[in-house]
Amino acid sequence: MEYEFHWNIVFQKMPQLLNGAFVTLHVSVLSMLIGIAIAVLLAIAKMSDYKLFSLPATLWVEIARNTPALFQIYMAYFGLGAFGIHLSPYVAVLSALVFVNAGYLTETFRGGFMSIPRTQYSASRSLGMNSVQVYRYIILPQMFRRIYHPMTNQFVWSILMSSLGILVGMDELSGETQRLQSLSFRTLEFFMVAAVMYFLITKLVLFSASLVSQKLFKGDL
Amino acid sequence: MIQIQNVHKSFGDLEVLKGIDLDVEKGEVVSVIGGSGSGKSTLLYCINAIENIQQGRIIVDEIDVHAKETNRDRLRQKLGMVFQQWNSFPHLTVLENAALAPRIVLKLSKKEAIEVAKKELNHVGLGDKFDEYPTRMSGGQQQRLAIARALAMKPDYMLFDEVTSALDPELVGEVLDTLRMLRDDGMTMICVTHEIAFAREVSDKVAFFHQGIIEEIGPPEQVIVSPQKEATQKFLSKVLH
Repeated sequence: MEYEFHWNIVFQKMPQLLNGAFVTLHVSVLSMLIGIAIAVLLAIAKMSDYKLFSLPATLWVEIARNTPALFQIYMAYFGLGAFGIHLSPYVAVLSALVFVNAGYLTETFRGGFMSIPRTQYSASRSLGMNSVQVYRYIILPQMFRRIYHPMTNQFVWSILMSSLGILVGMDELSGETQRLQSLSFRTLEFFMVAAVMYFLITKLVLFSASLVSQKLFKGDL
Repeated sequence: MIQIQNVHKSFGDLEVLKGIDLDVEKGEVVSVIGGSGSGKSTLLYCINAIENIQQGRIIVDEIDVHAKETNRDRLRQKLGMVFQQWNSFPHLTVLENAALAPRIVLKLSKKEAIEVAKKELNHVGLGDKFDEYPTRMSGGQQQRLAIARALAMKPDYMLFDEVTSALDPELVGEVLDTLRMLRDDGMTMICVTHEIAFAREVSDKVAFFHQGIIEEIGPPEQVIVSPQKEATQKFLSKVLH
């Protein structure tokens, strides 16, 4: 017997789905903002000559980059739960995404920083700029261009990986889809619509990012 | 005036400058020639306080460059420097490249900074490139931009570190022409260079660096045309073929 599609129920539940999509976007944006802030610190720590700073940073990066996101979310939700620290599904998923984002972005930032030739620094100093001015006007703007697209990719990754929230009963797009399909048994319909929504969200993000980059970045690198 | 007195500079165990004495008067053009690793570029970096020295003194207009109390950012405003790799700022237009330091270091208004930048860019023949990005220009144009960028700070001295060495041969001429123009403007310059013919033509004094010391110094007719020291003769016979 062939599967019969029934779309009505999906349209009825559209408000819930959209709400889920909003939570997805919400948790990814937040995970990026916090992740970026931590990654800046980790990148500085990792480039430090002091093992006290560089070692923990390296450890963070290595674990974040070499273990599955699924594992991070499990650890944040069930792992910490075993130690009596009970996070809500939202906070657990957010923490896991922050952990991974910070790990990946640390390497992005470090690479971006190292890719700016040292001579840009001496040339700027020779013009009488102080160290803060050199970073503010010369190094960071160039670095930002180089890390902009990797950062956008990381953002898209966060959106897609937040779907693992389904495992801990989070009410983001996948979790919501899971709940709605189990109530209606319209599994395919709900997941197909959810997939389209993921696609649209990431495309929207990439499109806005490229608009912003055209506005911000005029010169070549 | 720049006074270099018994300057010693080491990188780790390697002593690169082994007691350099050199005076550069206002309005003078001094060329520094010599083989690679002879310490010529290092000396410029020391004058500019980008590098520290271990012994001796460098005095620029009565300011002791390496003294603790010297404000090096202020000092560097006196000393324009142009590098072998032109180091244009790739994220800024040609005009912004030249206007940035006058605006943020000299604290000129945006309008004044742009005026100064335009004047210097016109001077080096980049008057039609204001809105261009440097990476789209030739090495010769970028090097002239670097010169204009340094001039926009109204320096009293210009230090040139092998500014034609990284250029394609056909682009060397336009940069040397720019340097000739500066000399005619009366700019005080120290040029570390491999362009022996150029050094002979423009310099008041030529210093031949050899293994961290000034082996021979004097007017070009002496040092380049009829060198007294064996090391100078050897070097010149190599580079002049």
